[in-house]
Amino acid sequence: MSTASTANTGPALKLPDKHYLNATYGIRSWLLTTDHKRIALLYLASVTFFFFIGGFFAMMIRLHLLTPSGYLLSADTYNRMFTMHGVSMIFFFLIPSIPAVLGNFLIPLMIGAKDLAFPRINLLSWYIYIIGGAFTLYSMVTGGLDTGWTFYTPLSTVYSNSAVAPAVVGVFITGFSSILTGLNFLVTVHTMRAPGMTWFRLPLFVWAHYATSVVMILGTPVVAITLGLAAMERLFGLGFFNPAMGGDPILFQHLFWFYSHPAVYIMILPAMGVISELIPTFARKKLFGYHFVAAASLAIAVIGFLVWAHHMFLTGQSTYAALAFSFLTFLVAIPSAVKVFNWTATLFGGSISFDTPMLYAFGFLGLFLVGGLTGLFLGCLGVDMHVHDTYFVVAHFHYIMVGGAVMGYLGGLHFWWPKITGRMYPEWLARVAAIVLFVGFNLTFFPQFVIGYLGMPRRYHVYPPEFQVYNVMSTAGASILAIGYLLPMIYLTWAAFYGKVAGNNPWPATGLEWTTPSPPPTENFEVTPVVTWEAYDFRNRPDLGLDVVPDHPGVVPAHGHD
Amino acid sequence: MHRTGALYGQFKTLEQQKDTASLGMWIFLVTEVMFFGGIMLAYTINRHTYYHAFAMGSNTLSIQLGGFNTVVLLASSFTMAMAVWSSQTGKKKLIPMFLTLTILLGFVFFGVKYIEYAQKFHHHLVPGRNFDITYCVNNPSKCEDIDAADLDVERAEIANALAADPDLNSHAQLYYSAYFGMTGLHALHMIIGAGLLFWLLRGSLAGRFTPEWNTPVDIVGLYWHFVDIVWIYLFPLLYLIDRHK
Repeated sequence: MSTASTANTGPALKLPDKHYLNATYGIRSWLLTTDHKRIALLYLASVTFFFFIGGFFAMMIRLHLLTPSGYLLSADTYNRMFTMHGVSMIFFFLIPSIPAVLGNFLIPLMIGAKDLAFPRINLLSWYIYIIGGAFTLYSMVTGGLDTGWTFYTPLSTVYSNSAVAPAVVGVFITGFSSILTGLNFLVTVHTMRAPGMTWFRLPLFVWAHYATSVVMILGTPVVAITLGLAAMERLFGLGFFNPAMGGDPILFQHLFWFYSHPAVYIMILPAMGVISELIPTFARKKLFGYHFVAAASLAIAVIGFLVWAHHMFLTGQSTYAALAFSFLTFLVAIPSAVKVFNWTATLFGGSISFDTPMLYAFGFLGLFLVGGLTGLFLGCLGVDMHVHDTYFVVAHFHYIMVGGAVMGYLGGLHFWWPKITGRMYPEWLARVAAIVLFVGFNLTFFPQFVIGYLGMPRRYHVYPPEFQVYNVMSTAGASILAIGYLLPMIYLTWAAFYGKVAGNNPWPATGLEWTTPSPPPTENFEVTPVVTWEAYDFRNRPDLGLDVVPDHPGVVPAHGHD
Repeated sequence: MHRTGALYGQFKTLEQQKDTASLGMWIFLVTEVMFFGGIMLAYTINRHTYYHAFAMGSNTLSIQLGGFNTVVLLASSFTMAMAVWSSQTGKKKLIPMFLTLTILLGFVFFGVKYIEYAQKFHHHLVPGRNFDITYCVNNPSKCEDIDAADLDVERAEIANALAADPDLNSHAQLYYSAYFGMTGLHALHMIIGAGLLFWLLRGSLAGRFTPEWNTPVDIVGLYWHFVDIVWIYLFPLLYLIDRHK
């Protein structure tokens, strides 16, 4: 089962003497660092903080919904809980999680660069994130906000009595951190690739982040101006979204979803990038249809911009517009399915091992499939009439965002933890945690498809008693899920200090990042690498020390082939 | 910039560094297009829905001041282009001169904008509780900066617009939301640009920019031209809605 033994035989492994973690010491060396690897760790700490804040609100929601009449929270408090759950999870965890942590750490390593193109802008983006986070936290500790994470007007601009303005300003500010990250990635991929690292030798993780960055730079400014106008409306009485002055709340929704639907792809595309790295590594096979998977990332980014109004089928928009948006929504399924089929085809005939990252990859495949297919139900006009604003929608997007994006994020964290820290996590405990997560997740969210279909609306703090059994299942699942999240946080932290030393390439995997010591030196590579191989090309990499590499496509070769 | 022509650690050649910087600025300008695009969409939809109110609001702006500012900004684009040219051709003495001219023109723009904004406050044309599109028409003594003849024209226009749109006052507020939102955002960009120009001025006085290395002048130039172009759109969108008669 353990692939580590094939690659690293010989004397006991040692950490390198000098690496990016011990190059300099002291709080200033972290807070003023321009090293992309250290900034990634700053982001890791901050997104984890917001993840557990958002998780706390989620637990409050689930506890409250244990009973139909809702003993725990008042209606008003309940509104604030689900709003703050959404705001912290989406804007402060999901959007920055994979790009700003794993992308930041890995993109320069994967393309053979010493750093991102703009290291100081990279640090600036983290500070902007922190300032935005501080505003939003200020809103939370001064009573929170109750508008839903979508900040729909005129509730958010005129009627709500909660702390809307600081939260909106916080999200507005944090948007610029996302823009700068996207800009940095785009420029880096264009200008910083090592000799021989052609566009079609880039790992698909990099392609996925390239597509994500396009969405970030084109979408985020639009939501920034929209939230800026909403904040001005609340603070100074501008009127674009205020029907009392002739303004149009629907305009806010259009502008908001113009970003916030593509934002879903900011969350899922990087996770797909992670999966594209995991599957070839643990199937020990070249990824099937590399060019198609790369192009599918770009296609998702482009089509993702053309579907936003499917969030508004019931807002009274033109039927013809709804038809067009419904059709375009179905189109997104094509590149998504291309990816899933190619991953599955890669598995076929592979030499599969079930290490923890691969368990997350399998979890991703299953959950993303359910989430994606239920997305087609929702994109269908007639069905959406019925299930709009019900728990069916809640279950659908949690399958994508938690089942997809978070599974990808955790899979990636496990996979690259030996590179980030130089040490291995405890394998068996990690496998148990992955399975606990998978079970907990399904128990939490599958019942929500059922009650949603039966008509339980989202965001209500009470519900008819016949739905109670499903809600109890969901709450029980959420408790298991919470354990599943706490476990990796504890053992990954432990492993960073006390884990077994991993060596340069414990899996072994084919990316450039695995050719440098773990943890890498501050300048990433002692000499600029020259790339002479295609991505995931196990068969032409004698340096990996593999004895059996399945042929492509799909049939295990007889010995002596090649 | 503190190291003349310095090659930063992550790059291999100065050329790579320069390409990277200008690609970064171009992509940033793309994000700016999207940023202004959002508010221009809001403007477009509202102008389409409330044409009479938007035309009326536009007529209360001073085309002289707006036109003068347009000329000022175009001139500043010229001086900025000359600063870039001087840095590329190694005319070290000229760079600070052209940068200073650009900054001065920028401040002339701010001065005129201040006069315009102040007028709108005096004339009760700022969105909010006291907004009143008919204020000057009804209180000529409070609006002595407007000619009596112009006020008569305005009175007739308001009567016409009210006939077409009874809720003129609300909808004119939307026009002024657009006016302050768009020109305010533009002015904010100008202020950032002026800060960048001061930074360049310091560098050019120290003689840092050479034909081999002038990336900062080049990319700040791009930014400054972009901000000018935004104004080239804002001027007709805001000042010229109803001037074709």
